[in-house]
Amino acid sequence: MSEPIIRAQQVEKFYSQPSENRIQVISPTDLSIFPGEIVALLGPSGSGKSTLLRMLSGLSQPSAGDVFWHGKPISRVQINVSIVFQSFALFPWLTVLENVEAPLKARGMAPQERRQRSLKILDTVGLDGFEAAYPKELSGGMRQRVGFARALVVEPEVLFMDEPFSALDVLTAENLRSELLELWQKKTIPTQSIFLVTHNIEEAVLLADRIIVLGRNPGHVRTDFKVTALPHPRDRKGPAFTQLVDYIYKVLTRPDVTPAMPTLTPGRKVRDQRQMRYEMLPHARPGGIAGLLELLIDLTGKDTAGRADIYKLADELAFEIDDLLPIVDAATLLGFLRVEEGDAVITPAGREYAESEILRQKELFRGAATEHVLLLRQITRALDNKTDHTVPEEFFLDMLDEQFSEEETQRQLETAINWGRYAELFDFDAARRRFILPEIEESTKAVEDWE
Amino acid sequence: MSGRNTFSREFIGERTWPFFIDLGVAAALLAGFYAILWIGKFWFSTAIPEVAIQRSPSHLPLYAFYSTARIFIAYILSLVFAIGYGYIAAYNKRMEALLIATLDILQSIPVLSFLPGVMLAMMSLFPSRQIGIELGAILLIFTGEVWNMAFSFYTSLKSIPRELHEAAAINRFSPLQRLFQLELPYATIGLVWNSMVSVANGWFFLIVCEMFPVGSRNFRLPGLGSYLQTAASNGDTQAMVYGLITMVLIIVLTDQLLWRPLIAWSDKFKFENVESADRIQSPILHMIRNSNVIGLMQRRIFTPASESIYRFVAARHEHHIVRKEARRRSRRSTTLIAAVASFAAAAAVIFAAFHATLLLREIHRHELLSLFEGAGATLLRVNVALLLASLWTIPVGVAIGFNPRLANIAQPLAQIAASFPATALFPVILLGLMNIGVGIGVGSVALMILGIQWYILFNVIAGAMAIPSDLKEVSNLFRFSSLQRWTTVILPGIFPFLITGLVTASGGAWNASIVAEYFQLKDKTMVTTGLGAQISAASARGDFPTLLLATIIMALIVVTINRLVWRPLYHLAETKYRLD
Repeated sequence: MSEPIIRAQQVEKFYSQPSENRIQVISPTDLSIFPGEIVALLGPSGSGKSTLLRMLSGLSQPSAGDVFWHGKPISRVQINVSIVFQSFALFPWLTVLENVEAPLKARGMAPQERRQRSLKILDTVGLDGFEAAYPKELSGGMRQRVGFARALVVEPEVLFMDEPFSALDVLTAENLRSELLELWQKKTIPTQSIFLVTHNIEEAVLLADRIIVLGRNPGHVRTDFKVTALPHPRDRKGPAFTQLVDYIYKVLTRPDVTPAMPTLTPGRKVRDQRQMRYEMLPHARPGGIAGLLELLIDLTGKDTAGRADIYKLADELAFEIDDLLPIVDAATLLGFLRVEEGDAVITPAGREYAESEILRQKELFRGAATEHVLLLRQITRALDNKTDHTVPEEFFLDMLDEQFSEEETQRQLETAINWGRYAELFDFDAARRRFILPEIEESTKAVEDWE
Repeated sequence: MSGRNTFSREFIGERTWPFFIDLGVAAALLAGFYAILWIGKFWFSTAIPEVAIQRSPSHLPLYAFYSTARIFIAYILSLVFAIGYGYIAAYNKRMEALLIATLDILQSIPVLSFLPGVMLAMMSLFPSRQIGIELGAILLIFTGEVWNMAFSFYTSLKSIPRELHEAAAINRFSPLQRLFQLELPYATIGLVWNSMVSVANGWFFLIVCEMFPVGSRNFRLPGLGSYLQTAASNGDTQAMVYGLITMVLIIVLTDQLLWRPLIAWSDKFKFENVESADRIQSPILHMIRNSNVIGLMQRRIFTPASESIYRFVAARHEHHIVRKEARRRSRRSTTLIAAVASFAAAAAVIFAAFHATLLLREIHRHELLSLFEGAGATLLRVNVALLLASLWTIPVGVAIGFNPRLANIAQPLAQIAASFPATALFPVILLGLMNIGVGIGVGSVALMILGIQWYILFNVIAGAMAIPSDLKEVSNLFRFSSLQRWTTVILPGIFPFLITGLVTASGGAWNASIVAEYFQLKDKTMVTTGLGAQISAASARGDFPTLLLATIIMALIVVTINRLVWRPLYHLAETKYRLD
C-alpha cells in the first residue's frame, strides 16, 4: 500500500468542563487517507463526522493526537486541500467568477492567470456563461456547482466534502454525483483523493472505494472496509449493491454488535466504550413512534408478526436514515420494537400500543416510559417528593451536564419534556423553567378558564 | 474573453447621458477638493472661541457646510473606531466580555458629560488654533454616534455562519482578504442602517454642542446649531425659519444623495438565498455605476492598487490553516508580557478610580440628595415620555403597517422626519409653550417625545408588517371584536418589535433629558428639576465632582433598567412571542 496523504494518529476531541468530567466527542481514532481513493464517512448524527473532517482538513485542532500531511505535522507544512460545504458557503456578495477567484487571490496569483483558471474550471463544472451572476440568482444545484468549482480551482490533493448533496433535491443530487464521479474517473481533475462525509448510505455505496462507519457516544470507528466487488458504474438494483447497503444498515441500527460482513475485506474493530448512567434519549416525538408502529402493522399485515426491513421502511417513507433511526431507537428503548438483523420487529406491547385508542395509548406510553427511561422516572419522583410539586429545570440540567454536552443536554431535556407531557407524567412551565405536576396545573387552568 | 462577458450585468443598464454624468461627477470631485481646502484653512486659523453669528441668510450656506463637515468627520471616525472595536471584541476571547461591558456602560453615559473634559483637553492640545475647538465638538458628536455602530459590527461578526468562516480558512484568506470579502460585506447592511441612526443622533447633539459654556468661558462655533440658537435668543423668527428650512434641505439631500444610494447598493450584501422582489431604487447609484470617470478610476487606480496589496499580503502571509502550534511555543514570553501589561493597566485603573472617588468627597450631602431627587424626576419624565409616545405611535404604526399603500407613502416621509434633529425645533417649541404658559418642567417631556417617538413608530410599523396575513384572516373569520383583535393578534405580534423600539427610545430619552431639561434661551437659562439638568448645569459651571457623580448615577440607572427590565422583556420577546 502506498504512503497515506493524510494520517491521523490517535486524534480525539473533547471539551473540558469546569468539573473533573470532560465531554468526549470523539475517542482516540486512527485514520488515513490514501491516494487514489474516495473515502465515505458514514454515521448517525452526533457521531462526530463533521468534527473528524475538520480535524483531518486542518480546520480544527484535535484535543489530543496528531494529524500528519505526507508524514509531517499538518500545522507545520503547507497543505493543499479544499472543502465542499453542505450549505455551499458561497459569498453572496461576490459574483460566481469572483467566488471562484477568491482562493487564487489569497494565493497571490496574477489577475490574468487567475481569471483564465477560474473560467476553465467553471467550464468544466458546466457553468459557462454564468460568470457574472450572483449566487442568489442560481438554483441550489447550480450553487453547489460553484462550490465545486471554488474547491477544485486550487487543484487540491485531497477534496473534502461535508454532506455536499444533502441540501439538494433528489434528481439534482443524482446528477451532480454522477458528474463528480465522471470527473474523478477520467482524471479531469488532478485531485488525488476524495473524502466524503454523508448520512446517505446509498450515496456512500454508490461513490466510495472505502467506507468508514462511525458510532456515537463518543464518536468512534465501528468499521472501515474497502468496496471491492463493485465496479463503476454501480447498479443500485444489483444484488451486491443492496447487500452492502443492507449490511451498513445493520451496522447502524445495532450499536452494540458489529455484524459479520458479507464477502468484504474486514476492517479494524473498535471497542464500544459506553458506560453511561443515562441512556441517550433518541429525539423522536411520541406521535412519530405511534405512526411508525401503525405503519409497520399496515405494511406487513396482521399475520406476519409485524416484521420489516428498516432499509425498505426508510425507502417506503422516503426518509433519510438520520430521520428514521431516532424513531426506531425510541420505539426500541420503550420496548415497542426489536431490531433483528436489520429488520424491525414489533413486540406484543408495541402492537397493543399501536392498536389502542388515544387515552389508552397515553397510559401504555406512561408505563413504558417510566419503566425504561431513567430521566423520566427521576423527574416524576422528584415532583412527587416535593411539597409544592414543582422542580426547577436546572436541577436536571446539572445532572445531565456531567454526561452530555451543553447542546445535547438541552435536547435531552426537550425530548424528556415532550415525552413527559404526552404521557401526562408532568408538565413544564416554560416561562419559569420548572417542571410541574399536571393535576395542579389543571386546577389552576380550570380557574383561569372560569374567569 | 470579451465574448464571455455578454451576460455581465454591467451591460444590462443602458448608459444614459454619460457626458452629463461624467461632468457632474468631475464637478463633485473638484468641489470636494475645494471643501477640504476651505476646512483646512479655517481650522488652522487662529482660535476664536466665541464667533459672532451673523443672522443674515447669506451666511447660512457656509454655516450649514461647517456643521455638515463636523458630522461627516465624526461619522468617519465612528466608523473606523466601530470596526476596530467590534473586530477586537469579536475575535479576542479574553477581551470580549470586558469590551462589551465597557460598550454597554459607555453608551449609557450622556454625551454632554464628556463635554468639559474633551473641550479642555483639545484646547490645551491646540491652544491657539481653531482646530482645538473644532476637534472637541467633533469628538463630542463622535461619542453620540459611535456605540451603536460598534455594537452592530460586533453582532454581525458574531453571527457570520460557521461554514463561511471555514471556507475563508480552508482557502487561506489573509486577514485582509477576510475583512474585505467576508466580514465587511456581511456587516454592511447593519452598518448602513446604524449609520443613519448615528448621523441623526449626531445632528441632535451638534445643534446643542456648537454653543456652550464651560466654567467661565463661552464657546461658540460657526454652524447651523449656533445660528438657530442665536436666532431664537434674539427672537428673530425670520432667521429661525431660514435655519429650519436649511436643516430640512440638508436632511432631504443626505437622504437622497447618501442613504438611498447606500441602501440600494447594500442590497447585494443581503445574506439570503432568494432574490427579493422589491428593491430600493436610486438614480444616484445608477449614475455612479455608469460613470466613465469612476469606471476609469476603478480600472486604472483602485483595482491595480488592491491587486498589488493582495499579492504583497499573500507573499507574506504564512499559508498555514492551523497556526496554534507555532503560537504554543511563543506563549510563555507573551503570557509574561500580557501579565505585566494587565497588571500595569489594573494599577492605573485603580489609581485613577481612587482619585475620582476622592473627587466625589467634595460633594455635600444635600447635593447628593438633590441629585437623587433629580434622578427620580427624570426617571418619571422618561417613562411618561415613553408612555405618551407609545400611545400615539402604536395605533398609527399598526394602521400604517397593515396598509401597504399607506406604508409606501408614509415610510419614506417618516424616515426623513426621524432624521430631523428634534433639538433644532426645541427653541421654537419652548417659545410656543412659554406663550401658552407651560414651563420647561412639562415642556421637557414634550421635547423628549419629539426625540424618541420615531424609534417606536418605525419598529411598530415593521412589527405590524411582519404579522402573517393568515393570523389576520383568522381574526376576520372568527369575527374577533377589536379588543380581542388587539389582545390576541396585534399586540403579541408586534411585541418583539415594540420592545426593540422601547429599549432604543428609553436610552434616547435619558440622553435627551440633558438637553431637554436645561435650555438657554434669550440670555436666560430655563431649567427644571432633573438629573439631565444637573449634568448640564455642572458641565456649564465646570463643576467636575457633581458632573462625575451625576453621570455615574445616570449610567447606573440606565444599565440597571436595561438589565432588570429590558433584557428579560427582550428574552420573552425572543422566546414566547417569536413569529416563525
